[in-house]
Amino acid sequence: MIIFDIKRYAINDGPGIRTTLFMKGCPLRCVWCHNPESWESQPELMFKQNKCIGCNSCGIHPHQLEYIRTKAQSTNLEVAELCPTIALEVCGREYSLEELMAEVEKEREIMTGSGGGVTLCGGEPLMHPREALQILQELGRRGFHRTVDTSLYASPEVVQAIDAETDLFLIDLKHMDSDLHRRFTGVPNEPILSNIRLLADKWEREGKSISDRCWFRIPLIEGVNADEQNIEATASFISNLSSVNSQPPTGWQGGLSLLPYHDVGKDKHRRRGTDFNPEGIKMTAPTEETLERCIQQFAAHGLTAKVGG
Amino acid sequence: MRRKIEEYMNFSIKHPENEGGMNERIKRLRQENFDTPTTLSIERALIETEFYKKYYGTMPTPVLRAKNFYEICKKKTIYIGKDELIVGERGPLPKAVPTFPELTCHSVEDLHTLNSRELQRYTISQEDIDTYEREVIPYWQGKTQRERIFNHVSKEWEEAYHAGVFTEFMEQRAAGHTAMDGKMYHEGLLDVKARIEKRLSELDYIYDPEATDKQQELEAMAISCDAAILFAERHAELADKMAAELERKGEAAQRVKELRKIASVCRWVPAHAPRDLWEAIQMYWFVHLGTVTELNGWDSMNPGHIDQHLFPFYQKGIEDGTLTRDQAKELISCLWIKFNNQPAPPKVGVTALESGTYNDFTNINIGGVDRNGNSAANELSFMILEIQEELHELQPGLSIHIAENTPDDFLMAGIRVIRQGHGYPSVFNPDTYVKEMTRAGKSLEDAREGGCSGCIEVGAFGKEAYLLTGYLNTPKILEITLNNGLDPETGKQLGLETGDPRTFKTFEELYEAWHKQMVYFVNLKLSVNNYIERMFSLYAPATFLSLYIDDCIEKGKDYYSGGARYNTTYIQCTGLGTITDCFTTLKKHVFEDKRYTMDEILKACKENWGEPLSNSPRGGEDSVSSEMSTGNAALPPTGGAGRGTVMRQYIRNHTPFFGNDDPYADDIAVRVYEDLVKAIEGRPNTRGGKTHLNMLSTTCHNYFGSVCGATPNGRFAHFAISDGTSPAHGSDSHGPTAVIKSLGKLDQTKSGGTLLNVRFVPALLKREEDMEKLGKLIRTYFKFGGHHIQFNIVDTATLLDAQKHPDQYRDLLVRVAGYSDYFNDMTAQLQNEIIARTENEEV
Repeated sequence: MIIFDIKRYAINDGPGIRTTLFMKGCPLRCVWCHNPESWESQPELMFKQNKCIGCNSCGIHPHQLEYIRTKAQSTNLEVAELCPTIALEVCGREYSLEELMAEVEKEREIMTGSGGGVTLCGGEPLMHPREALQILQELGRRGFHRTVDTSLYASPEVVQAIDAETDLFLIDLKHMDSDLHRRFTGVPNEPILSNIRLLADKWEREGKSISDRCWFRIPLIEGVNADEQNIEATASFISNLSSVNSQPPTGWQGGLSLLPYHDVGKDKHRRRGTDFNPEGIKMTAPTEETLERCIQQFAAHGLTAKVGG
Repeated sequence: MRRKIEEYMNFSIKHPENEGGMNERIKRLRQENFDTPTTLSIERALIETEFYKKYYGTMPTPVLRAKNFYEICKKKTIYIGKDELIVGERGPLPKAVPTFPELTCHSVEDLHTLNSRELQRYTISQEDIDTYEREVIPYWQGKTQRERIFNHVSKEWEEAYHAGVFTEFMEQRAAGHTAMDGKMYHEGLLDVKARIEKRLSELDYIYDPEATDKQQELEAMAISCDAAILFAERHAELADKMAAELERKGEAAQRVKELRKIASVCRWVPAHAPRDLWEAIQMYWFVHLGTVTELNGWDSMNPGHIDQHLFPFYQKGIEDGTLTRDQAKELISCLWIKFNNQPAPPKVGVTALESGTYNDFTNINIGGVDRNGNSAANELSFMILEIQEELHELQPGLSIHIAENTPDDFLMAGIRVIRQGHGYPSVFNPDTYVKEMTRAGKSLEDAREGGCSGCIEVGAFGKEAYLLTGYLNTPKILEITLNNGLDPETGKQLGLETGDPRTFKTFEELYEAWHKQMVYFVNLKLSVNNYIERMFSLYAPATFLSLYIDDCIEKGKDYYSGGARYNTTYIQCTGLGTITDCFTTLKKHVFEDKRYTMDEILKACKENWGEPLSNSPRGGEDSVSSEMSTGNAALPPTGGAGRGTVMRQYIRNHTPFFGNDDPYADDIAVRVYEDLVKAIEGRPNTRGGKTHLNMLSTTCHNYFGSVCGATPNGRFAHFAISDGTSPAHGSDSHGPTAVIKSLGKLDQTKSGGTLLNVRFVPALLKREEDMEKLGKLIRTYFKFGGHHIQFNIVDTATLLDAQKHPDQYRDLLVRVAGYSDYFNDMTAQLQNEIIARTENEEV
């Protein structure tokens, strides 16, 4: 399994203090993505130009660095070991399950003591279901709370298999209009919405509360999905999920987070030599008014949305 | 994880006025306190010099000291401010700091420097300087404690001291770190005097060869009681006089009432045990003033668990209707302002770098456990947090004590204050420090009544004389080891000849060489510690302080002569993070991977990693240097980095460092720590007690860095070394949980305190749940046996702006190694260090 980051003291990826494992590989290509280095499944070279001191330890002529900057992925990965400043760095490395668990076990006390656990993130963890399942099963065997941060863009079989080994889903809802979804993320949203309904129905049947089983997270981007129409559709979709209907009138108790857009993805694209937002789609962070309006729209459907994590 | 930038941008530190619940009186007192300049007062020195001229040699030392104290209490100017309810100052005015020429006598040059320097200025008039030169300086020449010490020490000691291998706390200040237990609230000085009389009557002059010494000490103690009662009576007289004056003019009827009340309070305490909250607070304040007037102890004086001590008075007042919550808060706020009216006595000579601050280190303990081990957090603990947040002054410092049984709501209340970013409260773990104390031989009950005074050092409050004697510069000792005993900074052979490190075949050889040098320097320091302790016993006994430390009266012995129930001598070791990183660098790259030879590393250190030596060292170990400033240039320069730079970068980026939960580094840190314990612990001191290890650094890591050349871990010459037990700056890159895991590997119960600074950007504490998570982080660290943790909640933009516009951030507080300070009172070096410290920002 290729992991490109292990983040300790993760406090925005589910309940409690968590350790977040970032799996490499994603079928989506969201234009706003802040982890573009997670797109490809294989390790890749990143070049942080501001860290380069021009020492030539890498043996690459400085003018070739420009080439590396634009073609980072295709360059020989071993060259990174020579770089004193980690200006050249390999993103992603192969972990055995044991290695990964050793990393996770380091945080056992803080995770269990804080009602936290492990979050599997990406990329899209469901893109490598066999490995994701392996990790989740082992975490379960070790008694850790397991959260999966996913777009749910996967086959229904995979989703159901993952559900059996997951305590909480963090589901990213990006757009309700499939054409626009395809335009902004590269894939249609039907499989995603159908998987959500599938899960909701499954939980309903199993007598589980959807609030306990999943939180929704909406990256809120002016120019992409923050418009009234899309929010209305999103709110309506969530509030019509079967097990939501069965909730007491207090309504939605699970997490519904609005994550205001930021453009830190830009720099990561630069590092991997790819272009950020090549089509030049106009994206901006939502204003306070927009945030407030979205919160109101969700409230009208009995949903409590909060801003952040 | 997706909104960090926004959170970062939106944050603004609350400043300058958080007026919340402060009433008009407290607002005025606080403003006055801010507006009052810090001045140097020669009054105490004049009274003392005159007294010594007349009486020195005519009476036993303890009696001489007690009468000197009496004379000061009798003659010094009494001050009562126009809004004050709690009265009394150390000097003639608020923030007027006396000198203590019997310990160290400021020269005319010192006084001019203090009067004119930019930071931590103490103003003094030319007239006073002239008087000092005429009346004070000539008498004390050759008779000060400082001269006694420097005339005694060996050449080896003096050279190591001047090179910055260690410092000496007691060369110009008395030992302090003194905190009180609850006895003053049950016993007036007249009661204490009765106990003294009883002890005197029981002395056996035939079978107890020390009886005469005891008699002298006990008589001196009785005089000290009278002195403090007289001092209070003089306040009563002045209050009455001021009241009469107002009455005569027919003005301010309310103030007249207050002044009459002040007079009656001062006539009751400290002679008698206090009966209500007002008297209890005034009682403490007189005792505080007594100890800081008698001598200039480091870490001044500390009320200890004040929430526990004052609570019965508060409860009684509320129950019988004589007190409201608001009145209680006002009285405690008045005390808080008093603390801030007492800047630390300034040092002489060039040692200001060692600790240049007004802070006098009163670190008040709230929460924690009581004598029986039950949670002690009460209503006043919460109120004190409120007061601390509202006043946010430099002094007093505040710490919350979080045992396993401390309720979460108290921890959360503390974290809410931490989040404000003023730098406090720091957080302590009674479960660990009680173990530290019982391990050192204190009874469980006494340990539970103890806590942390000053920075992070533990003691049994009201029952222990625990002397911090100075810091040990562990990375400097490595520098000396790597030069075969020679100090490259001074060019002197300071240490042993342990061999040329280029000939070392294994890491073990290197470690052993360092170990030999370390033991040598510890012994050198200890040999003088005992002498200094004796000098205090012989020349500067603390006969007033001894009244409040068990069992000085019962034993008939002074605080400095083994009178206390427990007598500890601490040596504080600094730079654990830096030295660990140096060791891992050498172990990995020289002895294991053989990427570099020892010679290459030594040369690179000598050449400061290719950077020009700067006279004004910057902050952290990984501060951005010119080599890194290629910024956004289109292309990096060709061959733009020298060999030293490349080596340094490789080491900084490819070495396991302390603070990352990596056993490679952590095992070495544990080894160094255990070896320091073994070298220091258990040596007999002159007071019947033993030496112990401590791991605090205050700001000394800056001074120690400034005397230490470049080190193998890639630290530039003269940059700060790591503080306390914190990772070196820029070394920890795996977040706060990795840091606490690394720190948790040290058996902290073997120390008298460790110190961990963790910097948090405000974005990490924005939501209620974030604060709960911080609470869990603290709880987890304490489960690992952590002693102390503190948080710097600041953002870089704010700090940079504060450097540019100090006036707009006058009361901006940040956390440095164990205490709070005003950001703009700090040197640029300290400011830069704060900015350079690792930010645990999540992106």
